[in-house]
Amino acid sequence: MAISKRKKAQYRRIAVYVLSVVALLAVALVVDWGRLQSAMFKWDIVVEQFPDILMSAAKNTIIFTILGFAGGLSFGLLFALMRLSTVRPYRWFAATYIEIFRGIPLLVTLLILGFGIPIATGWRWPNPYVQGAVPLALVASAYMAETIRAGIEAVPKGQMEAARSLGMSYSRAMITIIIPQALRIIVPPLTNEFVLLIKDTSLISVLGVTAGTRDLARFGRDGVNQTANATPLIVAGLVYLAMTVPLTQLVAWMERREKAVSR
Amino acid sequence: MNSDVVVNITNLNKSFGDNHVLRGIDLQVQRGEVVCIIGPSGSGKSTLLRCVNMLETPTAGTVVVLGRELTDINCDIDEARAHIGMVFQQFNLFPHMTALENVCVAQRKVLKRSADEAATIAHGLLARVGLVEKDNAYPAQLSGGQQQRIAIARALAMNPDVILFDEATSALDPELVGEVLQVMQSLAQEGMTMLVVTHEMGFAKGVADRVVFMDAGVIVEQGPPSQVISAPVEERTRAFLSSVLNH
Repeated sequence: MAISKRKKAQYRRIAVYVLSVVALLAVALVVDWGRLQSAMFKWDIVVEQFPDILMSAAKNTIIFTILGFAGGLSFGLLFALMRLSTVRPYRWFAATYIEIFRGIPLLVTLLILGFGIPIATGWRWPNPYVQGAVPLALVASAYMAETIRAGIEAVPKGQMEAARSLGMSYSRAMITIIIPQALRIIVPPLTNEFVLLIKDTSLISVLGVTAGTRDLARFGRDGVNQTANATPLIVAGLVYLAMTVPLTQLVAWMERREKAVSR
Repeated sequence: MNSDVVVNITNLNKSFGDNHVLRGIDLQVQRGEVVCIIGPSGSGKSTLLRCVNMLETPTAGTVVVLGRELTDINCDIDEARAHIGMVFQQFNLFPHMTALENVCVAQRKVLKRSADEAATIAHGLLARVGLVEKDNAYPAQLSGGQQQRIAIARALAMNPDVILFDEATSALDPELVGEVLQVMQSLAQEGMTMLVVTHEMGFAKGVADRVVFMDAGVIVEQGPPSQVISAPVEERTRAFLSSVLNH
């Protein structure tokens, strides 16, 4: 007697569960846990990392992220409005800017602006925070401009028409009617942008920074050099997770709520 | 110039690309007059209405409202629009604001009224359209008929000299049409100048001072409803009316 399709699917599910458990057990038995822990998660090194990893490195990562986000958001809004402008040169400028800064890897932009410009012009960055945050903000603004533009375009056309027919100017209607509605639409994607920025700040570590302005990634790398052990990088990774996971969960929650409201 | 002419449209033409939507419209609206524009869909009646407050830019011709030539490039269109109310088919209430805020926002930002003054006026207008208890409701919490009545209150808050109604009841469930038409009728009785694009023949017949029948971008026939609706002269008007009234 042939088995039914549903029965077959049930057997397949059971087989997948069994295989997964077997694979996990095999890994657990084969791996030398003692050696792995002493190379990657040595407790006395973990203890040694504190409190500097939080009070200095994580703090610097947050400072870079917030500076990059604030700059990226302001310029992103400006470029989004330029992309939507009826004035052609504005549109061209914004489109070109967005293409350039989305097309070049952040690492290359950081090196060009952080090292290239000072070498070429003799001008010096006033401090390491600005040196790291400005390239970050310039790149972030290109990405955010597209997110914000999509949000503004998602507001129905009738909203602008209603506002204009009440005598509001274009900019007044934008500020009072359109942008508040667009922001509501783009909070989840902007939060994702923020998470990306947290991680992207790790690239700033390629710029020569002083001990006091090291970010998490640099702090971890320096720790590896000092201790000849991978533990500092693992700890840095965990601190990144402690910052990013709550935010991605927040986005997931906002999207679930949005779905519930629009249903 | 006759100061009782609120809207004066001369030889108005509008094309969207190759599509010649309005072909030489001449129309005057007197103060206190209620003019209903009827006609088949695609006849250009909504486009005509949207040209009156320049939501569409005419290709040729002039639009003069309250002595301001809106088609003149030097005209301050924002200032002119503050005197021209508009009510949309899709209501277009601001969804992030309560009913009260919807009625207040342009009073505050355009007319620069104080918050107290704007709120007092808004309360009065919401009462007038029968929604006094809905001050703090958001548009999504209201029925289509309630939203449209708030949209009318929002237009009235600007003390407009004329209100344009663009198929104000076409998006409503049938049982909600009456409450909006009632508000429009009471406005008409109070002497508001109204230019109304509508499919409601009963409203046109009962409330309009003048009915304008449009087809294919031209005004085919106009006159009092007793003539245009009850005893049309033109063949096209008759054909349209029989298709609307006999189904």
